[in-house]
Amino acid sequence: MAAREPKKHEMPTQKPEVRAHNFNEVALGYTAEIAASEAQRCLGCKNKPCMQGCPVNIDIPEFISHIKQNDIEGAYDVITKSSSLPAVCGRVCPQESQCEHECTLAVKLNMEPVGIGRLERFVADTHRLNKTGETVRPEPNGHRVAVVGSGPSGLTCAGDLAKKGYAVTVYEALHTAGGVLVYGIPEFRLPKSIVADEVNTLKELGVEIVTDVVIGRTLTIDELFEQGFEAVFIGSGAGLPNFMNIPGESLNGVYSANEFLTRSNLMKAYSDSSRTPIMKGGNVAVVGGGNVAMDAARTALRLGAEKVYIIYRRSMEEMPARKEEVEHAMEEGIDFRILCNPAEILGYRNPDNPRDPKNGFVRAIRCVRMELGEPDERGRRSPHEIPGSEFELDTDTVIMAIGTSPNPLIKSTTKGLEVNRRGGIIVNENGLTTRENVYAGGDAVTGAATVISAMGAGKTAAKAIDEALGSK
Amino acid sequence: MNRIISKKELNPTVTLMVIEAPLIAKKAEPGQFIIIRSHEDAERIPLTVSDFDREAGTVTIIFQIVGAATMRLNTLREGEFVESFAGPLGKATHTEGLKKVAVVGGGVGCAIAYPVAKKLFEQGAEVHSIAGFRSKDLVILEDEFRAHSAKFFPMSDDGSWGEKGLVTDALRKLIESGEQYDEVITIGPLIMMKFVCMLTKEYGVRTIASMNPIMIDGTGMCGCCRLTVGGKTRFACVEGPEFDGHEIDFDEAMSRSRMYADFEKREREETCNLLKAAEGGNA
Repeated sequence: MAAREPKKHEMPTQKPEVRAHNFNEVALGYTAEIAASEAQRCLGCKNKPCMQGCPVNIDIPEFISHIKQNDIEGAYDVITKSSSLPAVCGRVCPQESQCEHECTLAVKLNMEPVGIGRLERFVADTHRLNKTGETVRPEPNGHRVAVVGSGPSGLTCAGDLAKKGYAVTVYEALHTAGGVLVYGIPEFRLPKSIVADEVNTLKELGVEIVTDVVIGRTLTIDELFEQGFEAVFIGSGAGLPNFMNIPGESLNGVYSANEFLTRSNLMKAYSDSSRTPIMKGGNVAVVGGGNVAMDAARTALRLGAEKVYIIYRRSMEEMPARKEEVEHAMEEGIDFRILCNPAEILGYRNPDNPRDPKNGFVRAIRCVRMELGEPDERGRRSPHEIPGSEFELDTDTVIMAIGTSPNPLIKSTTKGLEVNRRGGIIVNENGLTTRENVYAGGDAVTGAATVISAMGAGKTAAKAIDEALGSK
Repeated sequence: MNRIISKKELNPTVTLMVIEAPLIAKKAEPGQFIIIRSHEDAERIPLTVSDFDREAGTVTIIFQIVGAATMRLNTLREGEFVESFAGPLGKATHTEGLKKVAVVGGGVGCAIAYPVAKKLFEQGAEVHSIAGFRSKDLVILEDEFRAHSAKFFPMSDDGSWGEKGLVTDALRKLIESGEQYDEVITIGPLIMMKFVCMLTKEYGVRTIASMNPIMIDGTGMCGCCRLTVGGKTRFACVEGPEFDGHEIDFDEAMSRSRMYADFEKREREETCNLLKAAEGGNA
């Protein structure tokens, strides 16, 4: 047998200087030839360590073996036994810290792991292109389940239950299904047509999706039970954006990442025909070091910013964003100002003209340099301000990407639903809340986390709901 | 998709629509709002509920044609559908225990003030309503206010309707004449609410102001609607839209309301031209 290639096949991407000015997808996907060749790198380990690293337990060696035999539909069937959103996961999962992190090539042989995520995406995209015929609807089992929120956890829970014959209704507060996949993650990382296709696949399975209904307001959880639903899954997602509580955060030109991304993604402010305003051009400072910060920074760049800064108070090592996203952002020219923390956002005020249209808008952000102290008991080095190190960056827009706090709507209208100190819904290991037959998962439980962990929670809850109702 | 049951022009720039929305009609209370999107590619805009009929399953909205979004909404006719209609959002006006209240509305804000006055009146409270308009031809809901107020004080900038003057003139006169209100509730342009609150602060009368900031989702996700109340950041969509008027930073709210003024002006002109062209084509 030929020597195994030590490196993953590279993902074909748009060139940084080109993609920095368009909203088309950055990564173009493996061709059939590259996928076949990458699949050959998989050892097909009997103990399947990669599978342990997957929050939804996809039988990874099995789907890759189908690629090896050029049976892409077979590979798709293996993946969809475990994942309702393969085209999404193949794009946005942090594989490097999950399945690929456990790959024997990396763990034992000091090579790069198999490009599992890239192969998953290849399989899902190939299926999308070649799809023929209708999805077969499972035989109804007579049980009804309501799902609150159509983000990754809700869609996963709905998909898993629908496949078992449950009549599932998904309620979405916004006008488009997909949750964070639609309003949060930008087009260049996850095309909205792909989300729409995944949602349509669920509809073909019989899932009903009701948009523009706000659970906690239009209908309460109790009313869902009155309507005959036997179980409810709450996947309402993250809530109100956090701000730093520094002076100047209410100036015009200061956005939460949620707002900035919602304007661009859900409301399509990036397209010329959109009716939704967004501040474009000038200098943009994004505060935070997570995936959301990267998405906001790269969106601002594509909207026409001259200069985009990421301001992060720790160092590159501590940055929570996926490595690939950070690399992409750097290639595109995002200016990383690490070990810096904003102290104040400064506004423009013309003392001679109270009607100057620039009054009340951001003109600069004042930051202080940070240094990392000794590691704390959790091993994380906490940042400290360096006295006298303050400096200003001229900026027109500031985007706060420093997390969210859970939405109070459902909690405040559902008796007996308990939340923790941070407002996250309390659940047991099966996703069951403190209310009978009410399950929850995703950011509504954990606070801001990843798409795949939310999907994992949706899956766990679906299994528990099936165990609770299926025997009735 | 929600059907427009009826549509009525209240004055040249203000339109009333009755929308079929049984789930929302069942729940809506004065002070709450809905998010409406007229067309598939339209903006999401918040509009406060001005009336509801729980049995008929309808919600009434009254809107001023101020920008592109309301202009397009106004092109829809009876029997047609709005793309989205979600709610009821925000917290309802707190009316419990109030015995004597002054309700102060300005301009199209009267559309929101009216259901509050009505609810208080029906609860048996003594309601003094003060309504202010620029001039007679812009007046809305006069009969409705009169029918649900112990006393009604019409005010206009030019004196063409009721008394000439500002709503604050009427309110000051009432307070100085010895009227003691449990609460003043004010809804209207930010500048008007600011001055109402300054006045009542002077006299120590508790005052609630209904805010209508720029929103996107309206459900507590984007933070666009934030304002400063008592030095703290608050979100109008889930914690409001009503706040203690003496604590609101009105100057900041006014500044924030102008964030997209340029864009809105351009959009309004473009939409106006498009609609005119379409009308010309039909003629």
